[in-house]
Amino acid sequence: MSQFTINLIFVLGSFAIYTWIAVWARARSTREFYIAGGEVHPTMNGMATAADWLSAASFISVAGLISVGYVNSAFIMGWTGGYVLLATLLAPYLRRFGTYTVPDFVGKRYDSKVARVVAVLCLIIISLTYVIGQMTGAGVAFARFLEVKVSTGLLISSVVVFAYAVLGGMKGVTYTQVAQYIVLILAFLTPAVYLSLMVTGHFLPQTGFIGAHAESGTPMLMKLNEVVRDLGFQDYTADVSNKWNMFLFTLTLMVGTAGLPHVIIRFFTVPNIKDARRSAAWALVFIALFYTTAPVVAAMGRMNLLDNIYPNGVHEPSLSYEERPQWFKNWEETGLLKFEDKNGDGRIQFYNDGTLPTPNKSFVAPEGWAGNELTVNNDILVLALPEIANMPGWIIGLIAAGGVSLPPCQPRPV
Amino acid sequence: MPKEITERDQQYWSTNLRLIIICLAIWAFVSYGLGLLLRPLFMGIHIGGADLGFWFAQQGSIFTFLALIVFYAWRMNKLDDEFGLED
Repeated sequence: MSQFTINLIFVLGSFAIYTWIAVWARARSTREFYIAGGEVHPTMNGMATAADWLSAASFISVAGLISVGYVNSAFIMGWTGGYVLLATLLAPYLRRFGTYTVPDFVGKRYDSKVARVVAVLCLIIISLTYVIGQMTGAGVAFARFLEVKVSTGLLISSVVVFAYAVLGGMKGVTYTQVAQYIVLILAFLTPAVYLSLMVTGHFLPQTGFIGAHAESGTPMLMKLNEVVRDLGFQDYTADVSNKWNMFLFTLTLMVGTAGLPHVIIRFFTVPNIKDARRSAAWALVFIALFYTTAPVVAAMGRMNLLDNIYPNGVHEPSLSYEERPQWFKNWEETGLLKFEDKNGDGRIQFYNDGTLPTPNKSFVAPEGWAGNELTVNNDILVLALPEIANMPGWIIGLIAAGGVSLPPCQPRPV
Repeated sequence: MPKEITERDQQYWSTNLRLIIICLAIWAFVSYGLGLLLRPLFMGIHIGGADLGFWFAQQGSIFTFLALIVFYAWRMNKLDDEFGLED
């Protein structure tokens, strides 16, 4: 069976499950449409919140984003730490008001039509911005796994979103998202465990992260530091010089996370205030599962990519373009991986010539190198991982299902 | 007519506030403190191939956040029971 067929089975299979659940749990009353009848179990609600928060865009992009190095830890702390604010300062109190939507709550709390209109405007701006990111992510995933152009992938994902929007309702969405979370987390953890076993011999990615690199015996992160340093990048764990910048950025992300309407609405869908608190805790359990694994995928994924470009070590000749593996060709077709032979030696020199983020200032390129020849879009770190690391076909299919898992679940009341 | 605020209500609220302050102090210490601003101070302490601050920025802070939220939910739900509050 070809990889394309396997991908298609996984993608269509997961969509069949989502559709079945959406129809089974469709809203039958106004209360069910807006807040799922207010009777979702806190564990389920936590899982749905996690699916909402993670979504296809995080699934695809977060590990790539973090793989730049320590500086992007802001995303890891920012997108999880906001839940502490939400659980202590917002969720329990929102629950007491008994409204259906966020503008409803704002309007009632401040007893003002103007406040309500402002809330609606904010919602439209937030939702549009958010949906752009989500749709782009889904477009990329569709493009690769259904073997079409990114613009076609984007169109397919729009059509799917529209189809599910018609089904609508918070109840259907909540239960569909529970299924979506399961698909998404399996698709993320399976290759992560595989990678961790391959690179460090640890089953748990979280212990592999602080474990030793199996091949050399040096701690994995130290090994990674050495590899990237020799290719003109700053050390992976290098500290940042502008602490306050990173501090404020992290703070912005945390406060922003606590204020997202599609997360806030989740605390209206549980039976009572105790369940609202429990639900916030469950949400972070499921989110933490993803966010403690992402840094591992980022570090090991980056190391694995570099190992593939420099199969005999960074001081030996790199991969020849003629002998490039199949995954390289696959991703070249999507335009997310680009090669340009600047020095005409037929080999791929991938290094930081000063044009990429976080350069190592004391690095001097070996003779004959005429600049970086490979452009790698960070989005492919996760999607391409199973192919680069030679994982079995079903894992690639699982990643495909995870990558396109977003659309059924986006549109619904806030 | 809004209900009169009793001493009992105030007691409940101040316990809640104290819990929130404790939780947010720890929240800020592990992320902004250990993971960010105080990182240079702990460069000498290693966890695996990295320093303490790096580990907190990428793993430790999340584990702490989780512990905080679980603790707060458990403690507040117990407090609601003690004060006989339901919604």
